[in-house]
Amino acid sequence: MPTSKHRAVFEVNGKAVDIEVESRTTLSDCLRHQLRLTGTHVGCEHGVCGACTIIIDGAAVRSCLTLAVQADGSQITTVEGISFDEGLTPLQTAFRKHHALQCGFCTPGMLMTAHALLTENPDVDEEGIRHVLSGNICRCTGYIPIIQAVLEARAAYKKPENA
Amino acid sequence: MKLPPFEYACPATLDEAIALLASRDGDAKAISGGQSLMPILAFRLASPSLLVDLKKLKGLDQIKIDASGITLGAKVSWRQIEDDKRLATAHPLLQEMISHVAHYQIRNRGTVGGSIAHADPAAEMPGFSVTCDAKIVVKGSSGERIIPAGEFFEGPLMTVLEADELITEIRLPPWPAARRWGMLEFARRRGDFAMGGVAVFYDLDAQGRAVDAHVGVIGAGSIPHRVPGAEAAINGTTVDETAILAAAKAAAAGVEPLTDIHASAAYRRNLISVLLERALRAAVAR
Repeated sequence: MPTSKHRAVFEVNGKAVDIEVESRTTLSDCLRHQLRLTGTHVGCEHGVCGACTIIIDGAAVRSCLTLAVQADGSQITTVEGISFDEGLTPLQTAFRKHHALQCGFCTPGMLMTAHALLTENPDVDEEGIRHVLSGNICRCTGYIPIIQAVLEARAAYKKPENA
Repeated sequence: MKLPPFEYACPATLDEAIALLASRDGDAKAISGGQSLMPILAFRLASPSLLVDLKKLKGLDQIKIDASGITLGAKVSWRQIEDDKRLATAHPLLQEMISHVAHYQIRNRGTVGGSIAHADPAAEMPGFSVTCDAKIVVKGSSGERIIPAGEFFEGPLMTVLEADELITEIRLPPWPAARRWGMLEFARRRGDFAMGGVAVFYDLDAQGRAVDAHVGVIGAGSIPHRVPGAEAAINGTTVDETAILAAAKAAAAGVEPLTDIHASAAYRRNLISVLLERALRAAVAR
């Protein structure tokens, strides 16, 4: 069967990437295998579970439903890129406080989805959070602690009133 | 599964894209958001030899609203429809229907043209286009065709689209402000494919009687379709309780749902009937 190789130039977590990718390589596999960014998890590989959620040009997307070559020219944030040092972000701290994870497999996708949502709309209500997180499957927690964590993390995304 | 091997091209113009599709004699597939095609590749239900990425094509991502109606460029995403405040009055049914499409991440990338070309009988956009008498504008090697949505779908994942044709626009008739409408679907998880869904709208004449009723169903057969029997039960009535129950009964008789792992045909038939009943009550109350 034919295949083709392509140059892809994009940015991941603020760092420039210039690589050659095979046409059929998904962005999730490219991140994990070629760039060794294994924080992005791959669950179902067909767009149902949400574990592979990353942020491309400000929008949360499923990296298993995106070809690596299609990322050419874009800016990508993965779970490795949401904190700037070794510490936890307020969102991650809220996840820990509320026990919003057990096995942790879905957590990178949950964090990236919640991070994109709260960046867009820090005033989102519980129904809105539930609606958005319905695209991410968790088989451990029963979701309630995840929703509590995201509700609590909203405060950290709000802009100061006088800013 | 990992995707099957294919070549990839990212043309800069529509004409180049059409030429690339034509060059493979049916073995090339267009990709834009990829939210329907990528799962199909992952399941290995399709193994095209070439993917033609529409990413660089300009001018296909606009929502235009004027007196003649609404035009959706093929690359308009679910998210654009959701965020377009004009549509709350220009086409409330479109926004309501689109609110059921997939999940947050998929809505950021998935496109209206992709969903129509994919032609899943349970998907909202094909059903919406049939219910609303949309015209689907396609372009191929032999020029442009304008296809009524009611003639576009041939079966599950099958359309009249030729191998070298691309959808460029979806055109919708204008939506009168006083139009009555309702839309409901049922899925086990919000955003998943519907086990059944119904959209209904009608206008009221000077005597307060329903005219030009449209009833469309998704997930209730091999293609999305309108239900003439249910429409006839609504037209000419004041949409009172008798008419609503008659329409619901006609809807059950007017669909041929399939049995699959998610639900039996009998369950789906009853679901469509109940959903139409509720959607009509919502339309009356609106």
